[in-house]
Amino acid sequence: MDLDMSINAPHSMGTTIIGVTYNGGVVLGADSRTSTGMYVANRASDKITQLTDNVYVCRSGSAADSQIVSDYVRYFLHQHTIQLGQPATVKVAANLIRLISYNNKNMLETGLIVGGWDKYEGGKIYGIPLGGTLIEQPFAIGGSGSSYLYGFFDQEWKEGMTKDEAEKLVVKAVSLAIARDGASGGVVRTVIINSEGVTRNFYPGDKLPLWHEELEPQNSLLDILNAPEPMNT
Amino acid sequence: MSSIGTGYDLSVTTFSPDGRVFQIEYAAKAVDNSGTVIGIKCKDGIVMGVEKLIASKMMLPGSNRRIHSVHRHSGMAVAGLAADGRQIVARAKSEATNYESVYGEPIPVKELAERVASYVHLCTLYWWLRPFGCGIILGGYDRDGPQLYMVEPSGISYKYFGAAIGKGKQAAKTEIEKLKLSEMTCREGVIEVAKIIYKVHDEAKDKAFELEMSWVCDESKQQHQKVPNDLLEEAKAAARTALEEMDAD
Repeated sequence: MDLDMSINAPHSMGTTIIGVTYNGGVVLGADSRTSTGMYVANRASDKITQLTDNVYVCRSGSAADSQIVSDYVRYFLHQHTIQLGQPATVKVAANLIRLISYNNKNMLETGLIVGGWDKYEGGKIYGIPLGGTLIEQPFAIGGSGSSYLYGFFDQEWKEGMTKDEAEKLVVKAVSLAIARDGASGGVVRTVIINSEGVTRNFYPGDKLPLWHEELEPQNSLLDILNAPEPMNT
Repeated sequence: MSSIGTGYDLSVTTFSPDGRVFQIEYAAKAVDNSGTVIGIKCKDGIVMGVEKLIASKMMLPGSNRRIHSVHRHSGMAVAGLAADGRQIVARAKSEATNYESVYGEPIPVKELAERVASYVHLCTLYWWLRPFGCGIILGGYDRDGPQLYMVEPSGISYKYFGAAIGKGKQAAKTEIEKLKLSEMTCREGVIEVAKIIYKVHDEAKDKAFELEMSWVCDESKQQHQKVPNDLLEEAKAAARTALEEMDAD
């Protein structure tokens, strides 16, 4: 593939983004790597952006495109909230994102996951991939790292998890994707949204579980090679 | 009763010395001369009824509808100049579909009422437009439950649990106040509305009238629709009986 690998290439967020509903709200999670070609432009970026007090969006794809779309929707939602006299619903936020994504599909390259909590529907996740489809899902994954997570979620996802179970699942999934996807890396950020409000969490490398070849070998045959001969002093 | 606003009543862009805009007040008179329109908010929905005065015996029953659906979940009953009312209904329908295409959800009734009121008010701001000569009763059922709004020709809109406009509005309001609306279902409400309309109808001044009713409630699955025929007939019969009992006293 003929990619421009210089440092002047447009910023892309290789990315792994996840949104998961649980019993009472949603958990959004993302990695923190922004790359321009092979260079990591930002190793601690925040890909989970606020739209309103109760709705956040995970961004993937072109950094510029996803930022602009978020900015427009934040502006529209702000006006809508004033007009309505109460917080906007997650569905409305997702629909506004979808309209911009769909109507400008020729120019934009961004996949988004909208997640939040409102008093009518509770916690909701909406996936809005590249072409501008809007799909409400119990959980959604996106970004280049998500390819490695489809099977994982098929096995591990269950309905009606607790807040802690959901967050653990998200952190585990992002760290698995980081381990296998070169375009994802850095730290894991999570945002939990429920009726009580919003909580941001941050998991640096040393807090993340290690996977497979990252671990010290245990019970490896190599140990026997270096072990002393039996019956020797 | 009414004061003559000589000189200050020629244009809707003129205030009188005592701070009134006479043209708007005259527009309200057009509403007062029309058949009575009532709306009530019951515990599970909204019921609206119209006393449709029949101009000619040759008119087909069911024509010249005064209650219109604005969206799946809401409807409007119009009093006053019918043609003006059609314009407002068209605008409301357009606002409702536009809102849904932008925001992805049915327009909240509060928002719809505000937009309709804003449009009616718009026509009181320019000398080349005349105010709408109609009063609107807007009833809808959204995720915040059933709501009833009334919009006047001046452009004000308030939320009500019982509202009446038109000829018999004073008498109708008195009757509505007697009802215990928070304990009533829409089924019962339909009967009550019919009774009130029959009661405030002035046999002497106006000849025949047709009763038109609609509701939006749990029983109609939160859709705005004409009251089903069997219930309508039941309501009419109950209303006629109630009248006879009153006359018999």
